Amino acid sequence: MKRTPKDTAESARIVSRRGLILGAGMAGFGAILAARMRYMQVEQADQFRLLADENRINIRLIAPSRGVIFDRRGTILADNEQNYRVVLVKEDAGDVDEVLARLQRIIHLPEEDLERARAEIDRRSPFVPVTIADRLTYEAFAKVAVNAPALPGVSPEVGQSRIYPMDQDFAHIVGYVGPVSDYDLTEGYLAEDEDPLLQIPKFQVGKTGVEAKLEHDLRGQAGTRRIEVNAQGRVMRELGRIDGKPGGDVQLTIDGALQNYTQVRLEDESASAVVMDVQTGDILALGSAPSFDPNKFVRGISVADYSALLNNDHRPLANKSVQGTYPPGSTFKMITALAALEAGVLDPGESIYCGGFKQLGDRRFHCWRSWGHGKLTLTGALEQSCDVFFYEIAERVGIENISDMARRLGLGTRHELPLSAVASGLAPTKAWKIENRGADWLIGDTLNAGIGQGFVLASPLQLALMTARIASGKAVEPRLIGSLDPAEDRPEIPPLDVDPRHLALVRDGMSQVVNAQTGTARASRVVIDEMRMAGKTGTSQVRNITAAERAAGVTSNEDLPWNRRDHALFVSYAPIAAPRFACAVVVEHGGGGSAVAAPIARDIILQALYQGTPPLDAYPTSQHGTIRSRQEKLILRDPSTFSDGRNRA
Amino acid sequence: MSYLEYNVKRVPTGLSKVLFLNWPLLVLVTAAAGIGFLMLYSVAGGSMTPWVEPQLKRFGLGLVLMIGVAMVPIWFWRNMSALAYAVSVLLLIFVEFFGATGMGAQRWIDLGFMRLQPSELTKITVVMLLAAYYDWLDIRKVSRPLWVLIPVVLILLPTYLVLTQPDLGTAILLVAGGAFVMFIAGVHWLYFAAVLAAGGGMITAVFWSRGTDWQLLKDYQYRRIDTFLNPETDPLGAGYHITQSKIALGSGGWAGRGFMQGTQSRLNFLPEKHTDFIFTTLAEEFGFVGGISLLVIYGLIILFCIASAVNNQNRFGAILTLGIAATFFLFFAVNMSMVMGLAPVVGVPLPLVSYGGSAMLVLMVAFGLTQSAHIHRPRNRT
Repeated sequence: MKRTPKDTAESARIVSRRGLILGAGMAGFGAILAARMRYMQVEQADQFRLLADENRINIRLIAPSRGVIFDRRGTILADNEQNYRVVLVKEDAGDVDEVLARLQRIIHLPEEDLERARAEIDRRSPFVPVTIADRLTYEAFAKVAVNAPALPGVSPEVGQSRIYPMDQDFAHIVGYVGPVSDYDLTEGYLAEDEDPLLQIPKFQVGKTGVEAKLEHDLRGQAGTRRIEVNAQGRVMRELGRIDGKPGGDVQLTIDGALQNYTQVRLEDESASAVVMDVQTGDILALGSAPSFDPNKFVRGISVADYSALLNNDHRPLANKSVQGTYPPGSTFKMITALAALEAGVLDPGESIYCGGFKQLGDRRFHCWRSWGHGKLTLTGALEQSCDVFFYEIAERVGIENISDMARRLGLGTRHELPLSAVASGLAPTKAWKIENRGADWLIGDTLNAGIGQGFVLASPLQLALMTARIASGKAVEPRLIGSLDPAEDRPEIPPLDVDPRHLALVRDGMSQVVNAQTGTARASRVVIDEMRMAGKTGTSQVRNITAAERAAGVTSNEDLPWNRRDHALFVSYAPIAAPRFACAVVVEHGGGGSAVAAPIARDIILQALYQGTPPLDAYPTSQHGTIRSRQEKLILRDPSTFSDGRNRA
Repeated sequence: MSYLEYNVKRVPTGLSKVLFLNWPLLVLVTAAAGIGFLMLYSVAGGSMTPWVEPQLKRFGLGLVLMIGVAMVPIWFWRNMSALAYAVSVLLLIFVEFFGATGMGAQRWIDLGFMRLQPSELTKITVVMLLAAYYDWLDIRKVSRPLWVLIPVVLILLPTYLVLTQPDLGTAILLVAGGAFVMFIAGVHWLYFAAVLAAGGGMITAVFWSRGTDWQLLKDYQYRRIDTFLNPETDPLGAGYHITQSKIALGSGGWAGRGFMQGTQSRLNFLPEKHTDFIFTTLAEEFGFVGGISLLVIYGLIILFCIASAVNNQNRFGAILTLGIAATFFLFFAVNMSMVMGLAPVVGVPLPLVSYGGSAMLVLMVAFGLTQSAHIHRPRNRT
């Protein structure tokens, strides 16, 4: 249509005005955008930068290598070995089933492992490496590495895992590690532990023994690795790394070779043996039989193996040397004697008559020799292990004095050692009985305690400690951990708070036990003068002998079921002239102390004295044949195979 | 005003028209596209493929189209307006039945060398048709109800078709762009005030009724609106994109993290980083300085359009130029508001920068139209 010039001008004016209004509005909105941009990019930039970094940066922990455990000579008892494993990355593998089938042809893998791996591959993101096989031999590992071109997505990797080269010899002492469990973190010993390492799935922590008790020293400190990940979680690159601190090494006072001998010598018995340096308290051997292979626990023990260990009536999982407590029987008689001597109720030269029993009211307390020993001095009573003598002096001195002496010699108290379930044993008092049994203490209880029966309980460790204190006259403390650097100043060990003359008298008695003609352990004597051994036998009942049975003749141990037989005990030290080692042996339900426990103690203590197999000359000539055949029968570790840790680091 | 009324002698003819192009505008458009190439190169991880090369080709084609369109007298384009509108609406109907759906919701026709999105086309054809309508209409009738109703229908027809795709972003641009043209043409401001008031009232009613007996929408519809308006309440779902976008933008800081150093885009935290969210990569890598630079370029493009329109006595040319400027403004204003978390995510590309053929070509043609209007504007005798 035709438009007049006036209309044209009017139109242009309106359009221009509206255009400028619109332009102003747009400029206003542009200013809002600019302000918003400034607010976000200038004022809030730091905050957003932080968020961006949180998006992309992940912090991963690097597990430190665990401290190594050595014996006193530097032999490695717990080590970290290379763990060869094979991992698969799905997205690199392409056809996962085909690759696994090829892998199966190269190294044999159990079907259940493959099933587990397949399930995990399906569950994880395609770029996450999944472990297919673990703990491969180096040969298998090398085969995989050589065939890598035919195995897309498969890569051989090396990690670390714990190994115990002395396997069952140190199962009870060193213990073992295992993956940290929910129980450990909630109720177990790691409940208060805030270490982020514990959040790593399957992180290995000590489960028993030194591994558990010294977990904090052995573990070390986590390192960190800062990595950049993309939105899908794929690792793009490493941004930085802070190395952690490896765990501290631990040295035990145990002698690996002696420990090996001890374990082997205990054979299949349910038994324990403790060897201690009488001058320092260093524990040189701490045997408990039967034992088990801790490496099985690290690798994941099978249900069958585990239930076999649990159901074994010889309790292989228990560390009997410190956990087991037994009535010490006649090995307790030195304590009764020292209590009486110290209290002044027994003269050193005094003789007491044994008629086979001691009458107390209408009760008879029998001596093991029903026809009696006649008149005996203290040394004679120890030599022949007369019960009546000790009933008599126990009655004179009273239970409080006896228990006090027992504690002075290390019984009835818990010794702090980094081992699982260290038992405190029991040195009973009148107050203890009222509190725990709700009954008054009876004189009969004192008589029983006087010969180490009744309520008295002691662990093999405590018996060895008692012997060490008697032998050295020093208040030594048991010691399992610590530097053996001779340059290190060890604190002077104070003398035992017992009259040395009384100790000497008791030592004479212990010497006669082994060396005198009528000594109960004469068969286990050492015939080389400078290596002579002193000791004390013990046979502790685990059942009551009724009057009827006693009248008919006490049933011999051979005729009883295993778990009703007496415990056989023997405590000893050697050499008599200058005591070095104390050894306590307890054979559960073994029968008599002199027949069963004493020969074991002699073999172990000679092994310690000679630092290896002792010469036959140390044994009485008549025993050479049996000793030789036993020495040939026992299969010991070759010390040259011990991995020496001193050259490392 | 018909072409007979132009002072033809004063209007440049032939190749000399090139001299009369709005050169600053052309330079600014190229600059914006250049920023786009740079960012596409960056988000591809420092590679010409897959985005920079096709985008360069399209820009080249767009440049040719732009100059071609500019050479043709504006009155020709005015006469073509109705046809262009009709074709674009028919294409919209066509894709409704035969079109393919790509990522997102927009539908396209595969032309072999590119995918044509008719919805992009309508953004310009609606503006053209309205400009022609108001050029034709007696200026005294502009605000009469019947003559106001006609353009409203012309706007709502393609809007309805686009909404069914469903492409909310384009629908918003069509309605707002059309409304801007009506405003520019001089429709009485009371109409706009009334529509705004009615819209505001309705929204208020919808929200006030929530939880009452006369609730206007179903509960799930409210929840959907909630997530739409405030996606950050759902950080791993609907809110993930906008949260990551804001982090990228904010972490750029004053000067940015450096070219190709943006962690958010390089590590794929950013969604749609080569299309709708490309601005966040720019802001992350070049910071506030980079973001403002692009905003200034856009502002200058609009300024030159307004300046050209104000000096243009030709009603069609002036309204068209302003309408295109307004549509262009809507593009980047909606896109930037969206990535900065000021507006819900509706799917509008960043003009000249985002990867995408249809939007690029349509915008270049639109700038060709403003160039044509600029070259063929009536000159006063002096």
